[in-house]
Amino acid sequence: MSALLTVEDLRITFPTRQGPSEVVRGVSFTLGRERLGIVGESGSGKSQTGRALLGLTPPPGTATAKRLDFDGIDLRNASPKQWRALRGGRMSMVMQDPKFSLNPVMTIGRQIMEALAFHGRSSRAEKKARAMAMLEAVQIRDPERVFRAYPHELSGGMGQRAMIAMMLVTEPDLLIADEPTSALDVTVQIEVLRILDALVKDRGMGLIFISHDLRLVASFCDRVLVMYAGRVVEELKASELDRAQHPYTQGLMNCLPKIDNDTRPLPTMTRDASWAL
Amino acid sequence: MTATLSRREWLLSEQPASRRQARLGQTYRTWLALRANPLAMIGLAIVVVLIVVALLANVIAPYDPIVGGDLRTERLLPPSLTHLMGTDEQARDIFSRIVHGSRITLMVVALVAVIATPIGLLVGTTAGYFGGWVDTVLMRVTDIFLAFPRLILALAFVAALGPGIENAIIAIAITSWPPYARLARAETLTIRDTDYINAIRLQGARPVRIIWGHVVPLCLSSVIIRVTLDMAGIILTAAGLGFLGLGAQPPQPEWGAMIAGGRRFIIDQWWVVTMPGLAIFVVSLGFNFLGDGLRDVLDPKARK
Amino acid sequence: MSALLEIRNLHVTFGAGPDAVQAVRGVTLQVAEGESYGIVGESGSGKSTVLRAICGLAPTSSGSILLGGTELTAPRRAEFYRRVQMVFQDPYASLHPRHTVDRVLSEPLAIHGFTDREARVERALTDVGLGPSFRFRYPHQLSGGQRQRVAVARALILEPRVLLLDEPTSALDASIQAEVLNLLDRLRSERGLTYVMVSHDLAVVAHMCDRLMVMQHGQAVEELTREALRAHAATTDYTSQLLTASHGYTKAAS
Repeated sequence: MSALLTVEDLRITFPTRQGPSEVVRGVSFTLGRERLGIVGESGSGKSQTGRALLGLTPPPGTATAKRLDFDGIDLRNASPKQWRALRGGRMSMVMQDPKFSLNPVMTIGRQIMEALAFHGRSSRAEKKARAMAMLEAVQIRDPERVFRAYPHELSGGMGQRAMIAMMLVTEPDLLIADEPTSALDVTVQIEVLRILDALVKDRGMGLIFISHDLRLVASFCDRVLVMYAGRVVEELKASELDRAQHPYTQGLMNCLPKIDNDTRPLPTMTRDASWAL
Repeated sequence: MTATLSRREWLLSEQPASRRQARLGQTYRTWLALRANPLAMIGLAIVVVLIVVALLANVIAPYDPIVGGDLRTERLLPPSLTHLMGTDEQARDIFSRIVHGSRITLMVVALVAVIATPIGLLVGTTAGYFGGWVDTVLMRVTDIFLAFPRLILALAFVAALGPGIENAIIAIAITSWPPYARLARAETLTIRDTDYINAIRLQGARPVRIIWGHVVPLCLSSVIIRVTLDMAGIILTAAGLGFLGLGAQPPQPEWGAMIAGGRRFIIDQWWVVTMPGLAIFVVSLGFNFLGDGLRDVLDPKARK
Repeated sequence: MSALLEIRNLHVTFGAGPDAVQAVRGVTLQVAEGESYGIVGESGSGKSTVLRAICGLAPTSSGSILLGGTELTAPRRAEFYRRVQMVFQDPYASLHPRHTVDRVLSEPLAIHGFTDREARVERALTDVGLGPSFRFRYPHQLSGGQRQRVAVARALILEPRVLLLDEPTSALDASIQAEVLNLLDRLRSERGLTYVMVSHDLAVVAHMCDRLMVMQHGQAVEELTREALRAHAATTDYTSQLLTASHGYTKAAS
């Protein structure tokens, strides 16, 4: 399996009044054309890791790495022009809430076609055909209506599907999904995941799925990185999650209430200071 | 152990042990943030100097601001060591007049702030919190006041009550509260449906307690910022009224009136109008710097 | 078993005319003293509106709400707030940003004329596992879990009989959720409180509640006991769907 993305010793630092604070402290992993989950609680640095891969570390933060290769391209010193070609073209990102990621004054159709226009020239009719095909691929029942709709006219699930359609219409090689379903209802959540799953399978994309929900990630991904305080504390196959070694991973697994068995009180975690070292 | 804590550590403690320490700590944090902004500190320095000069005008001013010197030998002298800013056509020391004029400026600023801010806050938060017809009535009244042109209303006031700095202040105060009411109302509309307001409602609190204790403190910072930024405009309006001869009356050393008096000599004796003009300029700038700095520190929306 | 809290055919409508939204359409339920009752549903199902209607934050369009056999008046009497309190979903939005924990806890005591405020505030903080060192902190000096503990302390400081819980842990990390759920469980058994808990998470409700109601589009879909839920004995498709979804993603489905 050739690596699509190689990350070595990724560090992200934010300046604070008390001096610089490292929110991601030496994260390394490789990604093939597979589904990789990154799990962690708030403040673990999982979202910042995802953003850094696209060069989107918000200022004044800075990201450094020993290696950051995407399909042979060194991302560390990519020019703004190279980034523009990559972002939205060969690498895409789906965010948590479609409300903040879609332009409210532009129809969905125009936004999807605009994404196409940035990456490769083609005729208007051709672009529209591809946009419609993409909307159908994310199982929007009435693509014609959604094509002409404004973001506020769509429900949360619909908006997130339109968002995914927009991100995937350029057929990227890598999709980073940051909590793509957290704002959605559980039943809709499963449908959206199913669409992502099918697209990854059919097109051979690499997918990085960032989530706080260990149960969801474990059931969806092939491999899981567990992050704590800016570090990867454990990396394991999703199917072998119940054999997790690190107490933090075990704690995350056990502290969730389960419908089928009644543990009372729920096991809680005693955070060991050594985990964060 | 407490004895070894420095005052700074005590203030910045994440575990304050008393109400006083918590409040002082909070104030100190705001102060630290403000101190990091050089322009705000310049603004604050100008405002502090204005206050000190106004308080100690009698000590600072070397001459009497109203009674001039020898009309034959001391009229319209250029700036020199004996008369730092020169003298005017009545042989009065301009520096002394500006120093005493700061009292009038400070009084205008303070009275407008004291009159307009509470009215604006009260009207705005009440309208926003209750909504419905209360909102409609209060905001239409606000609109009516907003429709008065400030200078024209001041003219009308002065025409009715006679010229004088007091009437000018009343006119300015009456026309300056509506923007604060609007601002406070807009803030209240976003605050009133939050869960912390719902929570205090569920504790059985009455509207007066909710508005005064929970809504007003949150609107206060944006209104204070706005008032500070408006101060420059208020000073200019007061000076404008003075210039038109409708504000402070001669021989009171009001900066606007001083410019008006000196405009006949603007070509040959430039210092007569320039000095009070500079004073107005510096003080207005000071309030604007301070207001901008306060916005960065107090306004949660502008914070990154 | 007599019901402590009873809702009869509750309708809640927001707005009027063609824009009116019927958030709750005919919900009936009974909660016994000391019971823990759950309401489960997805966003827009009207589950939170039922809670808000109980405490008077949402208008009752028709139907009635009874506490201890007497119908509640609108607006609620001061005495109501000593018997029913609420914990909100987002601990970052439910604490006043400029008030210390001390003020948050002593204000209800002041409103209701308690005299031994100092002692009560300290005890309330200890009860929710925070301790007196948290007393003079501002919300921004607290973590999400600590804030929610303060919110629980605030709700309990007037010693109510009924606690309304509106997704009390959905804004918290999983490990913190476990701590807060344990705290709520302990407080209930210690004080014999009655809970009405709203959540989108079936597992959380199954853990906390003896009985639960599933809501969709403002209506009750079905009411079932914890045992029935465990046995997957749901009678409606919608509940079964929710049950399946709560077990995570299943690859084999398509």
